[in-house]
Amino acid sequence: MAYLTDRKRAMGLGSAKSGTAHFWAMKVSSVALLILIPLFVFTFGSALGGTYEEIIAYYSRPFPAIVAALTLIVGFKHFNDGVQVLIEDYVDGLSQKVAIILMTCLSYGAAAVGVFAIARIAL
Amino acid sequence: MADVNRGNRPLSPHLTIYRPQLTSMTSILTRITGNAMLIAALLIVWWFLAAATSAEYFDFANGFITSWFGDLIMFLSLLGLWYHTLAGIRHLIWDNGYALDIPTAEKLGWAALIGSVVLTIITALII
Repeated sequence: MAYLTDRKRAMGLGSAKSGTAHFWAMKVSSVALLILIPLFVFTFGSALGGTYEEIIAYYSRPFPAIVAALTLIVGFKHFNDGVQVLIEDYVDGLSQKVAIILMTCLSYGAAAVGVFAIARIAL
Repeated sequence: MADVNRGNRPLSPHLTIYRPQLTSMTSILTRITGNAMLIAALLIVWWFLAAATSAEYFDFANGFITSWFGDLIMFLSLLGLWYHTLAGIRHLIWDNGYALDIPTAEKLGWAALIGSVVLTIITALII
């Protein structure tokens, strides 16, 4: 350790490695959600509380179904990017890696289940 | 230079020493609301899956989500959603280099806090 130069010791440990793509991905999904969230809140909100037949009829229409599917896809991607930073801030070592993998599987899994269900209702 | 004190240096003051401020509180609230919405998002996915499965299963899932407890989760998530949306707009403004001075940042913080309550009431009245 004593023979290690300062430069060698510091190389690769800085903060500026690969954050730009992650940052930009969150910007893109957040702007997309600014459009999708109001549309989803008011379509889903007005449907919620209806009977089974009403819900099936409502989500057989293209607009509410596409808005709901897009919101789940973009929303869970945005969540996944955000929860990754949360885990990186508060969890270290192996648990950090395990937690990020689990939350990524959950995010993509939930989005896939939601999109499948909406497609099945709509088609 | 290679023998300087490493790993035993004082840490910068953190949560234990700082007085809570509007800027720090609105920051952590953005993170809390963003992550807490996972519960509502999973409930909504479950609701769609139930509707795609059968009328009986839909009645079960829909019964939970429209119960008083489900309503409470959905209402709090709606408040969290509007707060996170407004706080996100604040971040998008900051990211472009605007409104970074403390008085403006605090004004926008109050706007996000009050705006989220107003938007939640409006939404609850409409739907």
